[in-house]
Amino acid sequence: MQTFLDQVWIARWPLWDGFLLTIEIAISAIVLGTVVGCICGIQLLFGPAISRLLFRLYVDVMRGTPVLVLILAAFYIPSVVGISLNATQAGILALSLFAGAHIGELLRGALQAIPPGQAEAARSIGLTFPQTLTYVLLPQALRSALPPWINTGVELIKGSSLLSIIGVGELLLKTQEVIGRTFMTIEFYIFAGLLYLAANISLDQLGKMIERRVQGR
Amino acid sequence: MENVQPLLEIRGLHKHFGSVEVLKGVDLTLRRGEVVSIIGSSGSGKTTLLRCVNLLEEFQDGDIVLDGETIGYSIVNGRRHRLRDRELSRQRSMTGMVFQSFNLFPHLTAAGNVMLGLRKVRRFGKEEARSIAERWLSRVGLASRSDHYPSQLSGGQQQRVAIARALAMDPKLVLLDEVTSALDPELVQEVLNTVKGIADDGATLLIVTHEMRFARDVSHRVVFMDQGQVVEDAPPAEIFGNSRSQRLAEFLRNTRT
Amino acid sequence: MGYTLQFGAIWASFDKLMSGLAIGLGLAIAAVAIGTCFGLLAAFASVGLSRIGRMIVTCYVMVIRNLPLLVLVLLVYFALPQAGIRLDKYESFIGALALYSGAYLTEVFRAGLTAVPKGVVEAARAIGLTRIQTNVFVTAPIMLRNALPSLGNTFIGMFKDSSIAAAIAIPELTFQARKINVDTFRVVETWIVASGLYIAACFAIASLLRRLERRFPKF
Ligand SMILES: Nc1ncnc2c1ncn2[C@@H]1O[C@H](COP(=O)(O)OP(=O)(O)OP(=O)(O)O)[C@@H](O)[C@H]1O
Ligand SMILES: [Mg+2]
Repeated sequence: MQTFLDQVWIARWPLWDGFLLTIEIAISAIVLGTVVGCICGIQLLFGPAISRLLFRLYVDVMRGTPVLVLILAAFYIPSVVGISLNATQAGILALSLFAGAHIGELLRGALQAIPPGQAEAARSIGLTFPQTLTYVLLPQALRSALPPWINTGVELIKGSSLLSIIGVGELLLKTQEVIGRTFMTIEFYIFAGLLYLAANISLDQLGKMIERRVQGR
Repeated sequence: MENVQPLLEIRGLHKHFGSVEVLKGVDLTLRRGEVVSIIGSSGSGKTTLLRCVNLLEEFQDGDIVLDGETIGYSIVNGRRHRLRDRELSRQRSMTGMVFQSFNLFPHLTAAGNVMLGLRKVRRFGKEEARSIAERWLSRVGLASRSDHYPSQLSGGQQQRVAIARALAMDPKLVLLDEVTSALDPELVQEVLNTVKGIADDGATLLIVTHEMRFARDVSHRVVFMDQGQVVEDAPPAEIFGNSRSQRLAEFLRNTRT
Repeated sequence: MGYTLQFGAIWASFDKLMSGLAIGLGLAIAAVAIGTCFGLLAAFASVGLSRIGRMIVTCYVMVIRNLPLLVLVLLVYFALPQAGIRLDKYESFIGALALYSGAYLTEVFRAGLTAVPKGVVEAARAIGLTRIQTNVFVTAPIMLRNALPSLGNTFIGMFKDSSIAAAIAIPELTFQARKINVDTFRVVETWIVASGLYIAACFAIASLLRRLERRFPKF
C-alpha cells in the first residue's frame, strides 16, 4: 500500500493531466452536443418534412451505432477526405455527434409531452411561434429533460475513456501508461475507476441540486 | 347451542398505525354458518378488522381464534411473537378474502386465478384443480369465461372470479370487503346475488358493506362499528328497526338519504 | 475531397464482418443472460427485508453505472489474473458485461416490481401462498411482462457495447472493421458498412422484441 501511494505520488501530474483532459472532453462534448441536440429536437418536431427526415436519419444512425465505432470512424475518416483533426478533436467530434442525437431525441420527447393546450394558450394571447417555443414550450421541456440530460453527461464521461483506444491521453490512457511502468494493474485501474466514480457522482449530485432549484420555482 | 365452540372469536383486538389507534378493543364472535355484516362510517376500521383476521395486518393486542386455533401470534414466555411466514400462510388459507378492487392475477386466466391456490397451497394435481375451478366458476355463472384473462372480463365478472377464487380454497370463513363498491351500478346486483347464493349454501361470511338493504336481507346479525369499536351487534330487524344508540341512528339517517 | 467510394475490398472481407457480428451477438446474449440473473436477484433484494442486502444492491448499481465499461473490462481481464483468477478474454469480457448489464437490469426489474399492484400481491397472500410462492407465481411473471420493453432496450445497448471487446482483441465486428480499415485503406466504406451492420442488427433485434411483446399482451 505504501509503495502504491508512492507510485501515485510519482505519477500525480500525468494522472491529473489525464483527469483534466477527460473532464475537458466531456464538457466540450456536452456543450456541442446540446447545441446540436436543441436544433435536432426542435427540427424533429417542428421542422419541414425534409429536415425532419434528415434529422430522424441522423438520430437513428447515431443511436444504432456503438460509440466506439463513431470514435474510430471520426478518427480515420477525416484525413482521407482532406480534413485534419487530431485524435482529441476527432474524439470530441464523435462524442458530440453521439450526444447531439441523444439530446435531440430526449428534447423531442419532452416537447411532445407538453399538453397541446399550452401552445394553444400561448398562440391565443398572440405569441408568434418562435416566442411560443422560447417562452412557453422550451422552459417546460428543459425542466423535464434535465435528469436525462445529466445522464447523457455521465455517459459522455464514461464514453471519453474509449478515446484511449485512439491514443488520446485522457485518464484511462495515462493510467495504462503508469501501469506499464509500475505493473500495479489492480491498484491503478481501481484508482482510475474511483476517479471516474467521483466525477460522475459529483455530476449526478450537481444535477439533483439544479433539479431542486428549478423545482422550487 | 350455547356450548358449541364459535368458528371465529375476536377478543380485545387493538391495532394502531404508528400513533393512530384504529381498532380500540374489538370483540366479535361468529358461529359456523353464520352471516354477519359490518356497517359503519368511512374510516371506522372495518377494512382493517378484516385484514387483521386474514393476517394481512399485524395487530398489537388481543386474540383472534379461528376454529379453536389462535392465529397470527404465539405467546412465548409471556411475549407475543408473530408466527413465521409458512405458518401465517397456512392460517391465511383457512380464510378466504374478497377485495373491493378484485385484485385478480392479471397474467392468469379466470381458471388460472382459481387454480393457483388449489395447486400451490392445497397441492391438488392439475386435473383435479381444474375441475374444482370449473365447478366454482360455473357456480358463479362464469363457466364459459374460464379461459378469459381478467382484462377481458367486466368488473362484475372479475369480482365473481375473485369470489370463486376465495371459495374454491374451501375456507372455513370468507371475508368480503365492500365487494360491490368498485362496480358500475348495473353490475352490483349480479355480484350481490352471487354472495346471497353462497350464503344460502351455508358458508360462514363476514361482510363489510354499504348496501343496507343487502345487509338486512342476507345477514343473521349486523355489527355497527364506529371509531374503531363495535357499538351495536344485533339481528338486522333490531339494527334497522328502532335503533338504540344515537350514533347508529345518525349513521343510518345519513346513509338512507 | 478527391475520395471515391469503392466497396469491392469490403465485400471481399464481408464474411469476416459477419462472423464478427455473430461474436458480438453471442457476447451480448451470454452477458445479458447472466446479467438477468444478477438483476433479478438484486431487484428482489432491493425490495426485500434485509437491510444489508438493500445496501449492497444500492452500492452495486451506483458503482457500476458510474464506471466506464472499458475500465471494468480491463480490470477483469488484466487485473484478476494478478489476484490469481485466470479467465480467457471471452470469459473476462462476458463477465464484465454481465456485471455491467446486471446493474442496468436491476433498475429495469426494480421498476417492473414497483409497478406490480400491491392488492394483487395481497390477494396471493390471502389465499395462503407463502412469500416465496407469491414472488415466483405472481410477482415475477407480472414484473417480467412490465419489464419486457426495457429489457429489450438494455439488450440492444449491451449488444452495441459488445464493440468494446475489440479493446482486448476479441475479433468481433468493430475489431474486424478496424483491421479491414488498416489493411485496405478503404476507410469511409469500412465504417459505413460496419455502422450499417450494427444498425441493421439493432433494427432486427428491436422488431423481434416487438413481436415478442405482442405475443404476451399487456395485462
Ligand atoms: N396502512 C395504513 N397506514 C396508516 N393508516 C391507515 C392505514 N390503513 C388504514 N389506515 C387508517 O385507519 C383507519 C381505518 O381505516 P379502514 O380502511 O379500516 O376504514 P374503513 O372502515 O374500511 O373505511 P371505508 O368505509 O372508507 O373503507 C382510517 O383512519 C385510515 O386512515
Ligand atoms: Mg374499507
